[in-house]
Amino acid sequence: MGVERRQNRVVVVGGGQAGHQVAASLRERGYEGDVTLVCGEDELPYERPPLSKSYLQGAGDESRLWLRPETYYARHSIERVTAFAVDIDRAGRTALLDDGGIRGYDHLVLATGARARTLQAPGSGLKGIRTLRTLADARLVRAELAEAAHVVVIGAGFIGLEFAASARESGCEVTIVEARERPLMGITSTTTAAHLLSLQHQRGVESLFQQSVTAFHGRDGRVAAVELSDGRRLPADLVLVGVGVTPDTRLAEAAGLTVDGGIVTDSHLLTSDPGISAVGDCAVFPSPRTGTPVRIESVQNAADQARLVAARLTGSSHPYEALPWFWSKQFGTSLQIAGLGQGFDAEVYVVDSPDAFSVLLFRGDELLAVESVNRPADHLAARRLLDNRIPLSRRDATAADFSLSGHLKAHTGGSALAAV
Amino acid sequence: MPQITYVSTDNTTQTFDVPVGTSVMRGALMNDVDGIAAECGGYAQCATCHVYVAPESASELKAMEADEDGMLEFTASERLTTSRLSCQLEVTDGVDGLVVVLPARQIL
Repeated sequence: MGVERRQNRVVVVGGGQAGHQVAASLRERGYEGDVTLVCGEDELPYERPPLSKSYLQGAGDESRLWLRPETYYARHSIERVTAFAVDIDRAGRTALLDDGGIRGYDHLVLATGARARTLQAPGSGLKGIRTLRTLADARLVRAELAEAAHVVVIGAGFIGLEFAASARESGCEVTIVEARERPLMGITSTTTAAHLLSLQHQRGVESLFQQSVTAFHGRDGRVAAVELSDGRRLPADLVLVGVGVTPDTRLAEAAGLTVDGGIVTDSHLLTSDPGISAVGDCAVFPSPRTGTPVRIESVQNAADQARLVAARLTGSSHPYEALPWFWSKQFGTSLQIAGLGQGFDAEVYVVDSPDAFSVLLFRGDELLAVESVNRPADHLAARRLLDNRIPLSRRDATAADFSLSGHLKAHTGGSALAAV
Repeated sequence: MPQITYVSTDNTTQTFDVPVGTSVMRGALMNDVDGIAAECGGYAQCATCHVYVAPESASELKAMEADEDGMLEFTASERLTTSRLSCQLEVTDGVDGLVVVLPARQIL
């Protein structure tokens, strides 16, 4: 095709947190080859976390969402292309874009992210039924929220709970509908989920569990009510569907890469083609703790995986072992999670006050994760403890004078920093 | 517009006009100042926008809340009495002339 074969070019597909960070870290590390960032959305790379929180209520200066200003990319010689990559010629090492453009690469990084799942039910095409993943989604939701009186949130995961809080704070009547028996099922402990749900209730948000949507009813093409499996109808002029995401593996599949619940990588985040890496929400990688494949949706994971790939491409290769951490904010309450708690069989509750506590999740005598509510110092101590595999038994954690910071300091000679 | 000065570890000094209502962290990102990671986007959740505030320039800074205080216990570079998270430093007319010194590391 007459495409110039570049010996020294990294092409990054995806302009989210992960894709941006690959490009930025390559430049920080002194990479001198060409760097192309292929962004499907016609936006500067931006922060997603505020989209379900402050952005919905704020004055709306979108430049506050940008990871970096527009000038950054030119100044650091990062070519930013607005297009979707539609195919990869792995033998020829070129990526084909939907605008007809072609980019040769000597390494390709897939940071294609994930797409919001939608609900298929009669009436699901009505106006006012929204998902919340992209800035374009958030613009629509924000405009509609300003006009809405009755909001129904489908799904009690992080997006659902955060959006419910934002909608309530905007003065709407809000009802959360969840198919399972409690919020954050499989994501947090029951203790933490119950606390977050009680916050919603205190602020006047209603919730219905073990209910699914059987139909949406409209008026003049716009949603007016949500019908549930028990037959009741909830009035709604805005419905937010927060039922999770699907990793975007379309390009990887088209290119014949191994895909299994995400783009499968090894511990170095290389896909089944050693000329292609995958990072962020789209990547499935072996958990450093257990070796089992995991896929993690978080800013931390996106940024740390991006940095690891940039390091490898600039000559410093090591396996991905970063500790996962997460946060959420609802009604001014902060939840921070260090580690992955899936598979825990015991919890220890370290309480400061009813509104400030940590839940330590153990499997046997191994600490898996710590959930901290309004306890930021606990969270950071937990990150250090887990990161450095400092032993902490259930017996230690149940001692009368136990604190995570105190335990960390006892194991690091008094300095919280010495552990690193 | 208030002016804020960022001092890097190599003593490079950069001064910018930063809009009222934004944050000292945002001012650094928008002006491409190296040395602020700001991973969480300004929620006092990650302690990667740590700065040292030059005390004589800090007369009208908002006092620290518990969130920020807790996060500052575990910054990548040492916490000093002048340590703040720059995402929590709101830019007001009163902070004109603020000087912040960037730490050597934001990420462990």
